[in-house]
Amino acid sequence: MTTKQPDGWSSKLGVIMAVAGSAVGLGNFLRFPGLVADKETGGGAFLIAYFISLLVVGLPICWVEWTLGRFGGTQGYNSSPGIFHAIIRKPWGKYVGLLGFIIPVGVYFYYVVIESWCLGYAWHSFTGGLDLGKDPAAYAGFFGTFTGQTADGAILGFTGPFLFFVGVFILNFVIIYRGLSKGIEFICNWGMPLLIIIALALLVRVMTLGTPDPTKPELSVWNGLGYMWDPRDIAKGLSNPAVWLKAASQIFFTLSVGFGVIITYASYLKKKDDVVLSGLTATAANEFCEVGLGGLITVPAAFAFLGASAVAGGTFALGFNVLPQVFAGMPYGHLFGGLFFTLLFIAAITSSLSMLQPGIAFLEEGLGLDRRGSVALLGLITAVGCTLVMWFSADLKALKTVDFWIGDIGIFLQGTILIYVFNLSFGTERGWTEAHHGADLRIPKVFKFVIRWLSPAFLTIVFGLFVLKNVAGWNLSFGAPVFTPTEPILDLVGGPGHLANGVARLTAFGLLVFAGFTALMIRRAGQRWGAR
Amino acid sequence: MTLAGLLFMLLSVGAVTTLFVWCLVKVLTGKKNPDHLAHVEPIEAKDIDRR
Repeated sequence: MTTKQPDGWSSKLGVIMAVAGSAVGLGNFLRFPGLVADKETGGGAFLIAYFISLLVVGLPICWVEWTLGRFGGTQGYNSSPGIFHAIIRKPWGKYVGLLGFIIPVGVYFYYVVIESWCLGYAWHSFTGGLDLGKDPAAYAGFFGTFTGQTADGAILGFTGPFLFFVGVFILNFVIIYRGLSKGIEFICNWGMPLLIIIALALLVRVMTLGTPDPTKPELSVWNGLGYMWDPRDIAKGLSNPAVWLKAASQIFFTLSVGFGVIITYASYLKKKDDVVLSGLTATAANEFCEVGLGGLITVPAAFAFLGASAVAGGTFALGFNVLPQVFAGMPYGHLFGGLFFTLLFIAAITSSLSMLQPGIAFLEEGLGLDRRGSVALLGLITAVGCTLVMWFSADLKALKTVDFWIGDIGIFLQGTILIYVFNLSFGTERGWTEAHHGADLRIPKVFKFVIRWLSPAFLTIVFGLFVLKNVAGWNLSFGAPVFTPTEPILDLVGGPGHLANGVARLTAFGLLVFAGFTALMIRRAGQRWGAR
Repeated sequence: MTLAGLLFMLLSVGAVTTLFVWCLVKVLTGKKNPDHLAHVEPIEAKDIDRR
């Protein structure tokens, strides 16, 4: 006979570190600075929209997720399907939590691959393998080869990138096997302070760069900061829907709300454990890393060495093409480059671990598996998904397809569902009272109105805009609207001058199979829960 | 960088840093929950020896 003890956190700071570790990821150091620096949709208008989105969507949904998670935990559930089953109390309720399993596990399919790039780049930086001279093409070529973009299946086998991937994949599961406090909490308790220390060291290095090339006085850190932070035309920016869409999306993705992670992490709290101050602290930690550290390191450094054109290339280009070139140009660049990619690796692993826990929680409570069984089954599922992403590496098509349907659309959808379930099924008043059980801080009353009305409305509008822009291809113009289907859609159905892409279709089919398989598991779990 | 840019940067970075430090101090100096058991690990009894 086995006696099962509840999983749990060993300290309040531990759960905060774990949630913050989940939220702080590559986007804090690569995506956010690029968005602020964007000449069309960045600047002061973006920052205003960003902080408004934080107050109207990010923080309220964060509190909602913490509250629902802790409530679910007191009912004996730790996974999204279980928690929604306990809240909605209808036969279909558990299926509302479907995305709470699919999203974290699906994002893990490709996130752990990117995580292995970070470790590989850290290794190559420290060992001098990234000293490729001044030719930008050399860095782009290295990135293309390292990530297998040259051809499908290029890196599967006994290659360096694949070995880094296997190592990182196994490391994640070893840590997750150790449980919440000995695994995730232990890693985050050490990893988050280390991440902040490395970021501060890099910040000092960047701020003291001055003008790296005296023959080009316009390329300085000061001007790099200006390129990023100068407000530009705020009124014009705030009237542009694209600015709001980008700001709200960034808040959504950076805080990991709607991911299925916070709800699971919070479910391991006790009824009288605080969720208000903990949620606020985890959010503040993420914002400090994003605005206070990420916002001051990457773009100013890239600008000071390479100018404005280098900054406008997207997340991957900034992180894996531009910055290695920047580090190669500075004294002790291999050391600072290695530290930077170590920082990215720490940010990534604390996030990828959080993507596995919702899956583990569901397999254990839904299918009755023990830790070894749940780790083995989740390992098998994610190995299949990761292999798909690794094999179809040409142009990163499989990665981008999973990212779009799961990492973009899915997260928005789940966040929207969360806020509606909180208000309609759980009840705003009841939720407000529930949130304040054991709270170390009172939420200002205005947030009750925000959670009840503003957050759902804002989120619905932003999600609608997101779908219209990224699925229907709307140009976000009311005066002269144009709808041009976007690449992810054309990849699936084809269009004039754009053949349907076989890899994208196969990946989308794989995701549908995964969703169907998950629904079957939830059905099975429902039978177990019904028999309780 | 313009003066407005400097102000935007200082306000943004200052606000998130202040909030983070304030939260951290509040967490570290806040009340302890006497019901909170330290270090509860989720284990199947049969796994105890192995782990």
